[in-house]
Amino acid sequence: MKTNSIARRWFLKDCSIGLGAMAMQQLTAASANPLAPKKPHYEPRAKRVIFLFMAGAPSHLEMFDFKPQLAKFDGTLPPPDLLKGYRAAFINPNSKLMGPKFKFARYGQNGTELSELIPHTAKIVDEIAIVKSMATDAFNHAPGQLLMNTGTMQFGRPSMGAWVTYGLGSEANDLPAFVVFSSGKKGPSGGNSCWGSGFLPTVYQGVQFRGSGDPVLYLSNPSGVDTQLQRDSLDSIRRLNEMHKASVGDPEIDTRINSFEMAFKMQASAPELMDLSKEPKHVLDLYGAVPGKPSFANNCLLARRLIERGVRFVQLYHEAWDQHGSLVRDIKINCKDTDQASAALVLDLKQRGLLKDTLVVWGGEFGRTPMVQGGGDDGRDHHPNAFTMWMAGGGVKPGLVMGETDELGFNVTKDKVHVHDLHATIMHLLGFEHTKLTYRFQGRDYRLTDVHGELVNKLLA
Amino acid sequence: MFRKAKSPVWVCVPAVVCLIAGVKLASPQAGTSKTDFVRDVQPVLARSCFGCHGEKAQMGGLRLDARAAALKGGQTGKVIVPGNATSSLLYQRVAGTSDQARMPMGAKPLAAAEIAVIKTWIEQGAEWPEGVGAKASEAKKHWAFVPPVKAALPAVKNAAWAKNAIDRFVLAKLEAEGLQPSMEADRTTLLRRLSLDLTGLPPTPAEVDVFVKDKSRNAYEKQVERLLASPHYGERWGRHWLDAARYADSDGFEKDKPRNVWFYRDWVINALNRDLGYDKFITEQLAGDLLPNPAQDQLVATGFLRNSMINEEGGIDPEQFRMEAMFDRMDAIGRSVLGLTVQCSQCHNHKYDPFLQEDYYKIFAYLNNSHEANAAVYTPQEQQKRAELFRRMHEIEADLQHRTPDWRKRMSEWEARVKNDQPEWVVLRPEVDDISTGGQKYSLQPDGSFLAAGYAPTKHTVKMTAKTDLQNITAFRIELMNDPNLPLSGPGRSVLGTAALSEFMVEAAPVSDPKMITKVKFVKATADLNLPERELDPMYADKSKKRRVTGPVSYAIDGMDETAWSNDADPGRRNLPRKAVFVADRPIANAGGSILTILLRQNHGGWNSDDNQNHNLGRFRLSMTTATDAVADPVPAGVREILGVAEAQRTPAQTRTVFAYWRTTVPEWKQANAEIEALWQQYPAGSSQLVLSERGSMRSTHVLARGDFLKPGREIAPGVPAFLNPLPSGAPGNRLGLARWLTDRNAPTTARAMVNRVWQTYFGTGIVATSEDLGRQSEPPSHPELLDWLSVELMDRGWSMKSLHRMIVTSATYRQSSKVTPDLQEKDPFNRLLARGPRFRVEAEIVRDIALAASGLLNAKVGGPSVNPPAPEFLFLPPASYGPKQWPESKGAERYRRALYTFRYRSVPYPMLQTFDAPNGDFACVRRARSNTPLQALTTLNEPLFIETARALAKKTLAEGGKDDAQRIQYAFRRCLSRPPSAAERDELQTLLARARARYQSGGLKPEEMNGGEADARLAGWTAVARVLLNLDETITKE
Repeated sequence: MKTNSIARRWFLKDCSIGLGAMAMQQLTAASANPLAPKKPHYEPRAKRVIFLFMAGAPSHLEMFDFKPQLAKFDGTLPPPDLLKGYRAAFINPNSKLMGPKFKFARYGQNGTELSELIPHTAKIVDEIAIVKSMATDAFNHAPGQLLMNTGTMQFGRPSMGAWVTYGLGSEANDLPAFVVFSSGKKGPSGGNSCWGSGFLPTVYQGVQFRGSGDPVLYLSNPSGVDTQLQRDSLDSIRRLNEMHKASVGDPEIDTRINSFEMAFKMQASAPELMDLSKEPKHVLDLYGAVPGKPSFANNCLLARRLIERGVRFVQLYHEAWDQHGSLVRDIKINCKDTDQASAALVLDLKQRGLLKDTLVVWGGEFGRTPMVQGGGDDGRDHHPNAFTMWMAGGGVKPGLVMGETDELGFNVTKDKVHVHDLHATIMHLLGFEHTKLTYRFQGRDYRLTDVHGELVNKLLA
Repeated sequence: MFRKAKSPVWVCVPAVVCLIAGVKLASPQAGTSKTDFVRDVQPVLARSCFGCHGEKAQMGGLRLDARAAALKGGQTGKVIVPGNATSSLLYQRVAGTSDQARMPMGAKPLAAAEIAVIKTWIEQGAEWPEGVGAKASEAKKHWAFVPPVKAALPAVKNAAWAKNAIDRFVLAKLEAEGLQPSMEADRTTLLRRLSLDLTGLPPTPAEVDVFVKDKSRNAYEKQVERLLASPHYGERWGRHWLDAARYADSDGFEKDKPRNVWFYRDWVINALNRDLGYDKFITEQLAGDLLPNPAQDQLVATGFLRNSMINEEGGIDPEQFRMEAMFDRMDAIGRSVLGLTVQCSQCHNHKYDPFLQEDYYKIFAYLNNSHEANAAVYTPQEQQKRAELFRRMHEIEADLQHRTPDWRKRMSEWEARVKNDQPEWVVLRPEVDDISTGGQKYSLQPDGSFLAAGYAPTKHTVKMTAKTDLQNITAFRIELMNDPNLPLSGPGRSVLGTAALSEFMVEAAPVSDPKMITKVKFVKATADLNLPERELDPMYADKSKKRRVTGPVSYAIDGMDETAWSNDADPGRRNLPRKAVFVADRPIANAGGSILTILLRQNHGGWNSDDNQNHNLGRFRLSMTTATDAVADPVPAGVREILGVAEAQRTPAQTRTVFAYWRTTVPEWKQANAEIEALWQQYPAGSSQLVLSERGSMRSTHVLARGDFLKPGREIAPGVPAFLNPLPSGAPGNRLGLARWLTDRNAPTTARAMVNRVWQTYFGTGIVATSEDLGRQSEPPSHPELLDWLSVELMDRGWSMKSLHRMIVTSATYRQSSKVTPDLQEKDPFNRLLARGPRFRVEAEIVRDIALAASGLLNAKVGGPSVNPPAPEFLFLPPASYGPKQWPESKGAERYRRALYTFRYRSVPYPMLQTFDAPNGDFACVRRARSNTPLQALTTLNEPLFIETARALAKKTLAEGGKDDAQRIQYAFRRCLSRPPSAAERDELQTLLARARARYQSGGLKPEEMNGGEADARLAGWTAVARVLLNLDETITKE
């Protein structure tokens, strides 16, 4: 009874920014803390998410969406009516079409066409669902990444990971519920807001892990303090806090005591998590991971280790795909850096029986123009109208290739999936009716899909 | 909300669920039987409409449960036109015949029979019998939309407890609930609470002693006055406002470049310290530049609106992000001043409040007329220096005039000579090659100049092409021009408003044969500013190891990339317009016209294009001439302009400006000129601040369809929503008028919103819990009459914030002990009834400041540029950060400034502050979360600066704490918690000390590691104790 009232207060206090439907439901259930595991609206297909965010926006035309006609019209101007109302970031209406730069072949049982750039993805093509008909509203990076992560181009809204941990809580009690890694050339353009909690309580924001050194900031004891002294110090802190609790009666003090104990546990569990040297060689080789050498591959392996430990949402940013120029050289590098590990993650999850309830999402914030950018005939501009993403596991139909674009890869012609629809579908897989996972702020109920989003039934297994 | 409607989803419609059930309807046939309102229509309305348009909610200002109100209509006018169903909005919306969302919103449409009933009823005259339905004649006016008035103080039983009006309201409610107020907190606890609340710093043990020993009747009031007069009051409450003002030291978005806005931050602190009335506080921030003869301070205040983010990632449309900033400003005014959610109305009429989309754009129109300016600002010392320099220059000039009685005649003769000595120049209006801009946008201005905006590449060569019929082109001119939207008005885009032109190149080809390109060879370059050669400032280093220089204009045609023409004169004169003229070796002539390609190479920026390292042209104009021997006009553009004004009509200032140039041409005044030149060299560097400045011509404002700036609709004039107070008479149609309206005595929400947030800061929850929204969807106030009483009182006292604070902290309500019994905890877990004092963890900045203060490291300096206390380096480098960011770790005392002064990058928030819920300035925040997490524990336990404070506290304790461990423990304890330890607490700490010290002495642990150098086991043991003290719940809690 006592724990319950403490917990209720804790929860209410921290969630006091208006109680959404979810919070009320949890309240009546007198759940323990804001990160305690919660049940979604209905039986979920996916219990956790790994989002491989290809920041900078990969070229669908070089990797997934083969356009022989684009090759044919290489060097010519696109039809003017195609460009009516089209807003591009850099190029002007006189930019000519540029054919795909890589060869495509058919793979898997369905003979899915994929580019020579991604031979490892080709091997898992029967496990993944490819959506060639993605569309977004943004054509600049920061707004595009925010839209993909928070459902709006504006700052200030919770990210998908925050929504999911708000809705489902976490199974991990000595690690954060929502973990973020970053590899590649740069951090994402949207910065911290890509994994922010917006108006949700800050306990739901993503925690950025580092691929080397202390994974969590300030995890290590200061020099001159060993585990024993840390334990002694925490015991003193606990006893002093308890004495004060006895005097003032505020149950918030119990929460503080718990936080310190959890921090101590995290000091042990996080380094163990990060230690890839214990992984067998064949697993390291599968990913292309090298212990102690931060990379996207290491992060993929760490993502698996995180979800094995109950972490709800893992997001790996790899910012390297903004090929306005040097497309051929750089996209080769990017694919080399990400293709093997992305495929390995899917394979590894599958062989461990985790793929069935882990959703893997791969993609960036938009696509790239069929038109060339720059004089070198070797770059593409930002393109919001059409791009490709893939998903695997977690109730997504394996081997599916969904959606079509026109013969130039410019517009979606079939089964358009807007970012909001993707969000609705991800929420559905996690067991949520996306319109009902809401949070009251400023007098209205907000949700990840805002006023949009339709479930993409075709994607479901 | 269940279909893909274009309509917002938050419109919950509880009353629609039972629609489909087989409701038996009388199905009247039009013309044959009469529809009966009570029998046929009212049940349909009740089932399907009352949920949103009934007693509880009146969306769109419409209620359908009351006769008079229903017939009157909603925000958009009548909804029932008796006799004409198809003209009736009610019918249109339920039948789905209008282009607006079909009603009931988010639910299944009404059954055909139900729609038919409504149709028939309207067509038969919409008869609604008197006395049927609710009585209301119009939608209820929400409490917050009516100006507050003071209610009589309620009667209470325990009148002796009440110290002021606040207590009467609080006690009345407690008594009604059968609760007693708590005892007054003990003096130590009270002073710590008061100090944290008023200054954000804990009291020193000496301050506590003074108060505890003070037997005078007004001992507490004396402390209140002392703390209200402290300069730290402005820091503590300034930070509170800075949350609402979304203050940060960087631009946000991808580049997130550092910006200079700390003058604004200091303005806020100073304004609060001098208790500037809240009405003036708001007015200066919204429209300081429009006040008569605004002082620098009043310009700086307009930084409030400029705190919006700026997106300069490559390839953006600057207008799109100017509009984003405008939306942000509307939202900031809504949350911070109005206490209303205006942002809904960016796209559509507000669903709950009578705030129309049109209202949004009326207010928007007030704001939409400013330059995004960046002004030079000076510290008081610098201002004094400038005044002194100008005074001395004027003295010298006055002396010249005095000694030269015929100076006016001589100046006129000079004017006559130079007036027409310039050749005719033809302005070029070339096309910009998009690919060549490196992502920067060059927008053509009406005068033929180009203004650069958006992403600023540090190296690029813009290519501009024009066709011309002009024959025998002998020379080209580039004019560098000012623009309010450039840093310090330009003319360049560097942070100093300077530019470097690495190379000026022209290619010419005949129109008849565009491929026959000739590179024009320039043989002479002149400019009105030729500076000596100077090495580039380190901020422009490009890692090339080449020696890169700026200097005279010849550097722009020397074919060398490493040299450039620069306008970077001294700080007083670098932001003036300049010009250069380039003469070709032979005239350009092509029968049938020429294609001219102008290439402006701008290669003198630095290596990091994600930082402020560009050195680009900001605004410039290109022209050409056929005159022979063209040279750059030595007469400055500003003087040339005045020469166009007849001498008799010039102002004294204009005459002085002309004189100031002319005197430089008078050979015999060489010495005086040199003296003035020397004075210019002493001109202070100053700083810059983002400000607003009003445009000469109004921008037109339109209602934007769905808030999309690409879909402008009807044009809108500035105005205010009808449901709030009317515009005060004589309010001008600009931002000043808006400020007058917001701070008008009749403004219903302005005072309430502020009072409520102040209350929230003291007690943890506002009188209205939803402090960002006092509108219809807000939570009902816990003490409505108290909120109104305090709001009126605030206005009555000249909007004095210090008066408001004084009232609150001297109340008995505030002074109660925060101890809570299980019963009270059960009955009022959130302390909304205030039967006890507030107790909660302090804000992020104060968590840090307490540790700094307790350790003695705190540097109490107020104001100045933001500082960079230690932070993990990797956070500011890719791949953690988008671009490499500067984080020059502060050394010495600057390291220990209050957390408020920590440099704030929006995209890389300072980790310690973020972990403790500080907002990052992306948007206005009027209510912080207050979390309690393991990451916070790791921070206070292990973060380097916290360790430094533990070490310092240990040292101080050993040096000053007394003669034995017990005394020392008491000393350190009081520095953290203000109170002395209990015996049990002392024992606990002594045991820890003994254990830790023993391990350091035995070599089990290395004292030099703990101490950061010294191999002193005793000190290391004390550092362990200090670390524990600094990590106690009570240390970071306001008790």
